[in-house]
Amino acid sequence: MSQLRFPSPYELSAPPGAEDWRSMYPYYLTFRDDLRSTEEAKFWFCDSQHWPRPFKPFEAMTVEFAVKCLGQYNTRHYLVPPANGIEVRFHNGYCYLSPVAAPAQDIPKRVELFMQRAGHYFGHWNALVENWRVKVRANIEAMEAIRFDPLPEVVPMAWIESGVGIDNTVPLLAAYDQAIALCYRTWNYHFEFLNLGYAAYLDFFMFCKQSFPSISDQLIAKMVQGVDVDLFRPDDELKKLARLAVELDLGSAFSAGGGVDATLARIGTRPGGARWLAAWEAAQDPWFNFTAGNGFYADDKYWCEHLEIPLGYVVDYIVRIQKGEAIERPVAALSAERERVTQEVRELLDGEALATFDGKLGLARTVFPYVEDHNFYIEHWSMGVFWRKMRELSAVLRDAGFWDDVGDLFYLGRNEVRDVLADHCMAWAVGAPPIGRTHLDPLIAKRKAMMRSLATQPPKPALNTPPEVITEPFTIMLWGITSESIGAWLGRDSGENRLKGMAASPGLVEGLARVIRSADQLSEVQPGEILVAPVTAPSWAPVFGKIAATVTDIGGMMSHASIVCREYGLPAVTGTGNASSTIRTGQRLRVDGNAGTVEVLAG
Amino acid sequence: MALAHTVSFAAASAEDEADLGGKCASLARMVRGGAPVPPGFAVTTRAWHEMLAANGLGASVAEALRELAPGDVAAHDGAARRIAAAFAATPLPPAVAKAVTAAYRSLCEAEGAHDDLPVAVRSSATAEDLPDASFAGQQDTFLWVVGSAAVLARLRDCWASLYSARAIGYRADRGIAHLDVAMAVGVQKMVNARTAGVAMTLDPCNGDRSRIAIDASWGLGEAVVSGEVTPDHFVVDKVLRQVVSRTISDKAVEVVAEPGARRTVRRDVPPQRRRAPCLSDRQVVAVAAMARQLERAFGAPQDVEWAIEACPADPDGRLMLLQCRPETVWSRRAAAQSAAPGLNGLVANLLTPVRIQV
Repeated sequence: MSQLRFPSPYELSAPPGAEDWRSMYPYYLTFRDDLRSTEEAKFWFCDSQHWPRPFKPFEAMTVEFAVKCLGQYNTRHYLVPPANGIEVRFHNGYCYLSPVAAPAQDIPKRVELFMQRAGHYFGHWNALVENWRVKVRANIEAMEAIRFDPLPEVVPMAWIESGVGIDNTVPLLAAYDQAIALCYRTWNYHFEFLNLGYAAYLDFFMFCKQSFPSISDQLIAKMVQGVDVDLFRPDDELKKLARLAVELDLGSAFSAGGGVDATLARIGTRPGGARWLAAWEAAQDPWFNFTAGNGFYADDKYWCEHLEIPLGYVVDYIVRIQKGEAIERPVAALSAERERVTQEVRELLDGEALATFDGKLGLARTVFPYVEDHNFYIEHWSMGVFWRKMRELSAVLRDAGFWDDVGDLFYLGRNEVRDVLADHCMAWAVGAPPIGRTHLDPLIAKRKAMMRSLATQPPKPALNTPPEVITEPFTIMLWGITSESIGAWLGRDSGENRLKGMAASPGLVEGLARVIRSADQLSEVQPGEILVAPVTAPSWAPVFGKIAATVTDIGGMMSHASIVCREYGLPAVTGTGNASSTIRTGQRLRVDGNAGTVEVLAG
Repeated sequence: MALAHTVSFAAASAEDEADLGGKCASLARMVRGGAPVPPGFAVTTRAWHEMLAANGLGASVAEALRELAPGDVAAHDGAARRIAAAFAATPLPPAVAKAVTAAYRSLCEAEGAHDDLPVAVRSSATAEDLPDASFAGQQDTFLWVVGSAAVLARLRDCWASLYSARAIGYRADRGIAHLDVAMAVGVQKMVNARTAGVAMTLDPCNGDRSRIAIDASWGLGEAVVSGEVTPDHFVVDKVLRQVVSRTISDKAVEVVAEPGARRTVRRDVPPQRRRAPCLSDRQVVAVAAMARQLERAFGAPQDVEWAIEACPADPDGRLMLLQCRPETVWSRRAAAQSAAPGLNGLVANLLTPVRIQV
């Protein structure tokens, strides 16, 4: 059914049992009753691309850091002329975003500053990105170096002898503060180039549409994508390992089962096995710093800590190789297609227009590697280390009696965790029991129940009245908030059996739907099925070789999900709004990645 | 060597073009370029000039056209009637009739017929189809002409149509001297089209050069060109080579060859075909590919007439090219102001808001 506006958050109550969810999040990040009229005057869209399920109190920190850091580069670093940052509010366990336009009278001055500042980065892009890699690696190493040591029974004698004069709680608290500070720095780095990258994409897209009013976004995107970026390395490494295993005739060692350790031991006993094991070890650093999730959730599984995941994919690839299937990405074909398409578009332009086109395409291609690769270095690698450190801290607190399960820490916000540490340090220093469980047991139990309840209610794709204009580059290029997507969410172009979204990756296929809501369900996917999810992750790439298409709720033409599908030659429709909550597993679908439509045929 | 009265499209060279008129010159070029054009020949402007020289016809025409003011419709009508009568009264010069008959018979034999190959007889004026003046439709075209006698009669009719009231008015409005225009005539094998239509190598709605727009309907393309049927409309992404939109219309009439007869007829389309797509996606893409090749060959957007003939060996039929001329509406417009290059352009684009309309 078609509507004119989206519901107000003030009309959307919490599911039963979660009425008190606001107590889990900071005061400045929820819709307040005393600010209702100003909040309702803004359009908010749900970011279910990065946060497809409710986030726990500690995980809310990443939402906050990410959105804040996105904003700073628009507002305070580069002065993107029409756009400041993006406001964020939590509601019913999800986050909603609202771009902030820059005041019109500030724009001329912002243009001046932007030309200087963005000009510097565009003009020195590759050198600055090289330096960025160095900074990010150093940040990762600093995080790896953090130690959370249990508080000892007594202060070390060496400290007495050296006259140190502080106790062990000082480094413990400092380590926690340092971990949070390094995570904060990680997110600062995440956006250092990203806003400019999306601005360059937007510039190229808009130029193409001015030259060719009806040109498809998909055609424009095909001209920009590179084919060999670090984001695909983890999957490429698995494929290499699979090929090596087949070459060394080790296939049967993999399929005998028994878990990771048993399998690796078995491989070691075979001729050629040692060589394969060396390759397996070498691939892990850094390419197994890769999560099946997206890096924003504490329980996202990382390949380096769950070797059964990458090993399982290697086994899948070995089976497919032995069946004679081509498992590599169609790199040569994609590259040839990119060049063909680019040349044909160039043929339709001449003179000044052609020179301008070449310049803008060149810039878009220059920024592309960073825009894709930062995802690996930040969301996968850096956040992987961070979550591991937090679990180490949680283990210390578990061993000190504060909870039974390492995962319990994440039901507290970052400031609450500091209070728990303070409780622990006070008790240790004073020699009396902490308050600890007395406070935490009922609190955590209640929050677990609220989180379970929040997960039962999928979020609305947007809130309040759609805006008249959008100027903020991410909103357009990454989240794909356009007339078409908003219209689709409002029910335009959709019948009972038809969904409209963005034509993210070409191809027309039919198949049975497999709806999954988290990476844990990936093993349920059967060959030839059509994967339907709130969003897909680059690390799902090993599964892409066996499915027919993907359908997602959100995602613009230059989102990772869209780019990865194009690079893998997999038809995709993104930005449907609510495919993952309206389509059911087993339904027969027809997905048209050229037109951006999904039809339910039967079931 | 003196210009012959007739030249086959296949034999015509670039030097002959001035004597073939716009349409025939274009057809000859397409044949030279290897396009799938039905075979035929041009009756050159030499034949035209000899006709005008015969029996003082030319002088009668000049007299009728003297002092005709632009916009004086009644005077144009009168002149047209007088000229038509003069043409009707003038026999074809014998050399011309002999040459045209021989050329037609030769075409028949090459196609396995005997003085009864159905052909289209099309006027091909020398001022026609220039990029800045579309004379399309101003002169006459005759379809499904059978037999040399009929070919000669239609030849005379084409010539006379250069002085129809409409043609006189068109030239008068644009200050084109009537006697500066000469007429060649094309005689070309008819395609017994199952489906036919037009293709433009840009989107006529907005001039988008990354698109190809195709109108198609059942039977001969006549129905589409004359506007008497609402055709199916397809838009193709020129670069991605994909069909991006399909509008299937209620195609109520078609023009077909009447079996065994020497003419075309208009008839109702049977109900089950009226709303059926007259082109499959594969056929749409094939038409678009041919149009794109022509655009490349001529270096400018083209307006193409095509037809698909049933072919036992190929379920998609045989795609034939009938006409190809430069697109005149969008190509003439000054190119849209190009966006500023570099950072200035990027800033300008950032400042151009994306409008949300739902």
